[in-house]
Amino acid sequence: MAENRDYALEARGIGKQFGAFWAVKDVDLKIPQGSIHALIGPNGAGKTTCFNLLTKTLQPSTGQILLNGEDISALRTSEVARRGMVRSFQISATFTDMTVLENVRVALQSKHGHAYRFWSPISSIYNLDARAMELLADVGLADVPHLKAAELSYGRKRALEIATTLALDPKVMLLDEPTAGMGHEDIEPITQLIRKVSAGRTIVIVEHNLSVVSTLSDRITVLQGGQVLMEGTYGEVSSDERVIAAYMGGVEDA
Amino acid sequence: MRWALILIAAVVALALPFFVYPVLLMSILCFVVFATSFNLLLGYVGLLCFGQAMFLGLSAYVTGYVLKTTGVSLELGILAGALVSAVLGAFVGFVAVRRSGIQFAMITFAFAQFVYFALLRAEFTGGENGMQGIPRSKLFGVIDASDSFSFYYVILAITVLAILFCYRVIHSPFGEILRAIRDKEDRVESLGFRPERFKIMAMTISAFVAGLAGGMKATVFQFATLTDVSWTVSGEVILMTLLGGLGTLSGPMVGAAIVIAMNDELAKFGEWALIAQGVILILVILFFRRGVVGEAGALIRRLRERKAD
Ligand SMILES: Nc1ncnc2c1ncn2[C@@H]1O[C@H](COP(=O)(O)OP(=O)(O)O)[C@@H](O)[C@H]1O
Ligand SMILES: [Mg+2]
Repeated sequence: MAENRDYALEARGIGKQFGAFWAVKDVDLKIPQGSIHALIGPNGAGKTTCFNLLTKTLQPSTGQILLNGEDISALRTSEVARRGMVRSFQISATFTDMTVLENVRVALQSKHGHAYRFWSPISSIYNLDARAMELLADVGLADVPHLKAAELSYGRKRALEIATTLALDPKVMLLDEPTAGMGHEDIEPITQLIRKVSAGRTIVIVEHNLSVVSTLSDRITVLQGGQVLMEGTYGEVSSDERVIAAYMGGVEDA
Repeated sequence: MRWALILIAAVVALALPFFVYPVLLMSILCFVVFATSFNLLLGYVGLLCFGQAMFLGLSAYVTGYVLKTTGVSLELGILAGALVSAVLGAFVGFVAVRRSGIQFAMITFAFAQFVYFALLRAEFTGGENGMQGIPRSKLFGVIDASDSFSFYYVILAITVLAILFCYRVIHSPFGEILRAIRDKEDRVESLGFRPERFKIMAMTISAFVAGLAGGMKATVFQFATLTDVSWTVSGEVILMTLLGGLGTLSGPMVGAAIVIAMNDELAKFGEWALIAQGVILILVILFFRRGVVGEAGALIRRLRERKAD
């Protein structure tokens, strides 16, 4: 099969069966290099499951996944991450009893290959702290490096997750509902942040907040019942009868 | 403050055998090391190994066998036991580590039972009678410290080295990843790590340290028995760890000292000692969730805050 590097990420007919139930069925995605792509759809549509399949957190029942044209269907999650695709979680996933700085440093260790050194003092990785501070500055957390992650506000926890993800310098970032549960005051900065970090990267974002979707995304895929309902620009999607019926109507419970 | 405490502990540790029966002290030190090995898994990786005694007991037999049959120096005998336990730890880890929570506990328990019966059947262990007459061989082949008073200082030195080793592991790049795994394993994996490899390594290290404790115990009492491999010892180390306080290096050490000293006191009451242990465990779970050391730390913090106000 010809490799096609125009697409950062490509899914061909991926599906996931839980028992007799198909949570995701026959989904195709083609995400061009450097774009921001939104995945939307009502609750239970299969968005998180899609992310789990793309990063190999779950083994797909069917289909094929290509990262920069290379088939990654047989790799494990950690290998996918090392190839440059890293995801964030729908539920906040900071290391709560570590400091903000340590959270980022854990991720930096992934690239530095010292992680198995049980005989080295922790000071042997202090040289990563400078880079960690840069990343924290990028997401606006430079003022609290030594605070326990558990003590951050919800919005700042999500910012920390983004910094942690960025520490791997991923080419493809998958963000699962980065603004979920946030107040208005937090949504705007996170949206700005995502726009900022999208430079030189490809981003796939699951998002319920349609104003965030419309500001950020180049293209949108709408999922419903595990299948692709349609794909298009925000204008096309938001004016589509089926989408309005399936999704926009039910937006209040999103 | 911290250094003052360490200094006091050092002075007390050095002076104690002048006041207390050295064998009791050495027994405490063996369990201090053993509880620390267990804490490495439960406190720092979140793995409940309900079979930790297999590493203690196996090493006790191996150390005993090596010292009895080969005439190598003391430290090599103990090291041999610890290394064999480390290999067992790696193997158990390899099988068990993909499971978590209660399943992990059950698998390690099953392994421990298997090791128990294997040692019961094996020729070299002396079966039900245990292995008698293990020599306190010369340290480095030259230093004779076989009387209990001098031997205490040998055991104390091994204890300090073992604790320093654990401290290093916990406060290493590796230890940082372990803490992250304890908190959110999925996330660690999504950042490009292979958590199961870290857990297997942690099991290996923990088994090695438990093995050191086993070798110490074999040379202190000069015999090894099936009791050291039994599930009651696996349970006791859980009690020590929870009693002292999980996830601090000093907690399980204090817990071990309390339980061993208490067993010694209660020994004259026979079976009642077990009941007392059970009652204490329940009380700790109900009222001292953070363990003795954790609660003491919290109390000190509270007092300080009050003073600050
Ligand atoms: N591990 C699982 N086992 C069984 N069913 C699952 C599992 N994960 C998700 N599902 C089901 O798959 C469907 C899609 O879930 P999900 O991908 O989380 O939806 P979304 O993220 O779009 O809200 C839901 O009906 C959910 O109950
Ligand atoms: Mg979801």
